Amino acid sequence: MIAWRAIAAAILLATGPALLAGEIPSDARRSGYAFMGPDTRAMQDDDTANPGMLFVLHGEQLWKKKIGSADRACADCHGDARGSMKGVAARYPAFDKALARPVTLDQRINLCRTNHQQATPLPYESRDLLALSAFVGHQSRSVPITAGDDPQLGPFVEQGRELFMEREGQLNLACTNCHDDNFDKRLAGAPITQGQPTGYPLYRLEWQTLGSLERRLRSCMSGVRAQAYDYGSPELVALELYLMSRARGLPMETPAVRP
Amino acid sequence: MAALINVPSKAKRGEIIEIRTLTSHIMETGFRHTADGKLVPRDIITTFICRYNGAEVFRADLFPAVAANPYLSFFTVAKESGKLEFEWIGDNGYSSTASASITVE
Repeated sequence: MIAWRAIAAAILLATGPALLAGEIPSDARRSGYAFMGPDTRAMQDDDTANPGMLFVLHGEQLWKKKIGSADRACADCHGDARGSMKGVAARYPAFDKALARPVTLDQRINLCRTNHQQATPLPYESRDLLALSAFVGHQSRSVPITAGDDPQLGPFVEQGRELFMEREGQLNLACTNCHDDNFDKRLAGAPITQGQPTGYPLYRLEWQTLGSLERRLRSCMSGVRAQAYDYGSPELVALELYLMSRARGLPMETPAVRP
Repeated sequence: MAALINVPSKAKRGEIIEIRTLTSHIMETGFRHTADGKLVPRDIITTFICRYNGAEVFRADLFPAVAANPYLSFFTVAKESGKLEFEWIGDNGYSSTASASITVE
């Protein structure tokens, strides 16, 4: 068994140059959508039944609203989001030169607010921040994910990968134990997915609201009885970056619906 | 509040049409407590009404067990061209409206 794994790993290493041992090859990557039942799929597919679209509508209003002491709206600099924001979310988290580290889309929105609109940053998971990132993310629907391609992000992707592989919490589980080794099986009644972050921020029926990838990661961490990292912490950003690079090539679905 | 309405823009006279509505609301049940033990007051939509050219064609009462962002789907007969008006009424004086037009041939 171990020998076979080693051979399989060697084959994987030989075929895909960027692929590391244990990683899911690009043609076997599947969005959480593929693990859902027909009812939840139908809900995501129909824009008038997808509750995430309510947030997109709200985000569209916020996009045009003048705020802060600069009295500027997002649209005053970025124009029509349908053109200017297309594909942007598929590249995030992206490297910020001034901060010399990657920032998430939520953090980018808040940086724009503080630096260019002279407005107060929005709290993580607040309705307005989720609505804005859902609106921006929606413009990238069906665009393939390319986050992590920037060579400056290399060390941060590696940091995220290490966190993904590291066992933690009282249950002593790493992300990889479920999402690389045991997807397609079930944890209690729920299917274990590959953990591909294709549709964030997404509407989770369990939450009855939209939520970010960071919220999802934190609930996985409390699931394995670990102390969850704070919102916006470098560790969560690195994990988010690694997950996005791990989902490379999968189309964006924002706002997705998940059970 | 934002609402998403799905009404066919065109229909044949006498045809049965499906109307789907989704509106934004937290639907706080009134049964939950905060971390320090205080009851979170109930805040739900209690009534939904659909009027077709002024005449009521569908009405629903909603209760705390209904999930956030209520989605309602129902049917009516396309009788004449005109306007479908939707109204959501709830706790704390909540009221929200939306409309859609339909052409009947």
